[in-house]
Amino acid sequence: MTAVAARNAAEISQRGRLRHVGIRQCTEGIIEWSLWGLTMLSVLTTVAIIAVLVWESTGFFTMAGHDDVTVWSFLTGTTWSPLLGAEPAFGILPLVTGTLLVTAIAGAFAIPVGLLTAVYLSEYASPSTRGWLKSALEILAGVPTVVYGFFALTFITPYLLQPLSESFGTYNAMGAGIAVGIMILPIVCSLSEDSLRAVPQSLRDGAYALGSTKFDVTAKVVVPAGLSGVIAAFLLALTRAIGETMIVALAAGGLAQLTANPSQQVQTMTAYMVQIFLGDAPANGIEYRSSYAVAMTLFALTFAMTWAGAIVLKRYREEYE
Amino acid sequence: MSHVLMDPATTIPQAQSGSTPTPAPAGTPPLAVEMRGLSAWYGTHQVLQSIDLDIAANRVCALIGPSGCGKSTLLRWLNRMNDTIAGARASGRLSLHGLDLLDRALDVVDLRRRVGMVFQKPNPFPKSIFDNVAFGPRLHRAYGRTDLEELVEQSLRASALWEEVKDRLKKSALSLSGGQQQRLCIARAIAVDPEVLLMDEPCSALDPRSTASIEELIRELRENYTIIIVTHNMPQASRVSDTTAFFDEGKLIESGDPDTLFTTPRERRTEDYVSGRFG
Repeated sequence: MTAVAARNAAEISQRGRLRHVGIRQCTEGIIEWSLWGLTMLSVLTTVAIIAVLVWESTGFFTMAGHDDVTVWSFLTGTTWSPLLGAEPAFGILPLVTGTLLVTAIAGAFAIPVGLLTAVYLSEYASPSTRGWLKSALEILAGVPTVVYGFFALTFITPYLLQPLSESFGTYNAMGAGIAVGIMILPIVCSLSEDSLRAVPQSLRDGAYALGSTKFDVTAKVVVPAGLSGVIAAFLLALTRAIGETMIVALAAGGLAQLTANPSQQVQTMTAYMVQIFLGDAPANGIEYRSSYAVAMTLFALTFAMTWAGAIVLKRYREEYE
Repeated sequence: MSHVLMDPATTIPQAQSGSTPTPAPAGTPPLAVEMRGLSAWYGTHQVLQSIDLDIAANRVCALIGPSGCGKSTLLRWLNRMNDTIAGARASGRLSLHGLDLLDRALDVVDLRRRVGMVFQKPNPFPKSIFDNVAFGPRLHRAYGRTDLEELVEQSLRASALWEEVKDRLKKSALSLSGGQQQRLCIARAIAVDPEVLLMDEPCSALDPRSTASIEELIRELRENYTIIIVTHNMPQASRVSDTTAFFDEGKLIESGDPDTLFTTPRERRTEDYVSGRFG
């Protein structure tokens, strides 16, 4: 009796199992394909953006009636005045130097402050101090960039910079650069801290056991061991600074000029694009098309930096193995 | 019950300081480490209960016992590595050549120069072989370049690694094998001229051949250093040590000459442990 029942149970179970296997294989397939499809969405978007940039930039360089605009003159020209005068000039260098000036100021502020904050958080702060300091940094990371732009314009420039020197105008590279620096500070800080905390405790113990002070351990073991991660953090933060738009559009000014003087106003690549797309440039005019070429240049620059950051990060992952 | 490993009459006078071991009567090695009623806690959990143990200078002392018996904690009090652990505290007496190691005001940086440590898992810094060995000396003194090179060479010779690495001192220490890395860590500890070397299961991550070379090295190093080694490997304790101390549940059960301890232990628990009946 028992044996018969067991056999029947086995048979029924087997039928159910076979049916179930069929359903399972089917749902697994659907899940896999939908995930693939969603992944492809972001790949396609990237490809589409690049395609539009290349297409429109090509249109800019081959536009009828503007034979003087070539890739070479665009990349090496030192005058950028697409909207003024009878003869527009499209030399991107003032926009590039404006971008780099603001980025350099931001980096000069955010890199040392961010790294030292990361060192404090990772090596010195007690868990509770680290907890609330990290929340404070997260709040900083959540501030909309337009607020930073506003802050640069209404606080940094009039209350910090202009009292120092009368040469600072309302719009200047310094104020915008400092605001961008504050904006990228949480990125520098949290990524650097991650890489410092990833340094194995056994290395700290080894250094302490040789008679190191806390500062010795930090400066001679932890920071060197986490250095490639820290450098990757710098690169990613600088990439973010180069692409920052709202702060510079508000606070850096609108005059594209080839200068290294931080008290002067400068125009960045991103700010120029804002000016074109928010302004009343005719949709098929050369100045409208020029913004695509500028975007292409900006994209190449940030892509190169992201790539460099990825290479450095990869090296750092292998370091403890 | 006291476990004094030497004649109590020869106990060294206290308050000795400096790095020279106190001379002792002929035939008896001077004392390096002395513990009296040493108890230790992590928070409210007591890990060591009133330990009395003396460790002679220029000898190898092996600490054995099941996991969690407190032997690593003991080691970490000897160079105050427990300072990095919140809630670690100790009472009783623990001294190194008369220096009170439980003194809160003790200069732990100087202590750790005098008491080197080799860890369970080799932990070379991700730097060159040369920079690993030169790390300690660079912290403590200003050396000329030639002096430093000589010191690195001598330290690597002392840890029997020189011949294998002399042509690649600038290479990363992480390119070495596990056994070589552990000998590099020993060289790194030796380079600051310690009096005592603490070894926390130094061979547990190594293959038998590397283990044999480290054991041989330990036997040779005791000429110059007092060595205290924690090990789970009982044949190893009996091969390398001059004194073996057996711990269980935070108590020192028995200590003495390894031949006696492993063949005719006084205590039942020791016998059970060394014969493999528990632990």
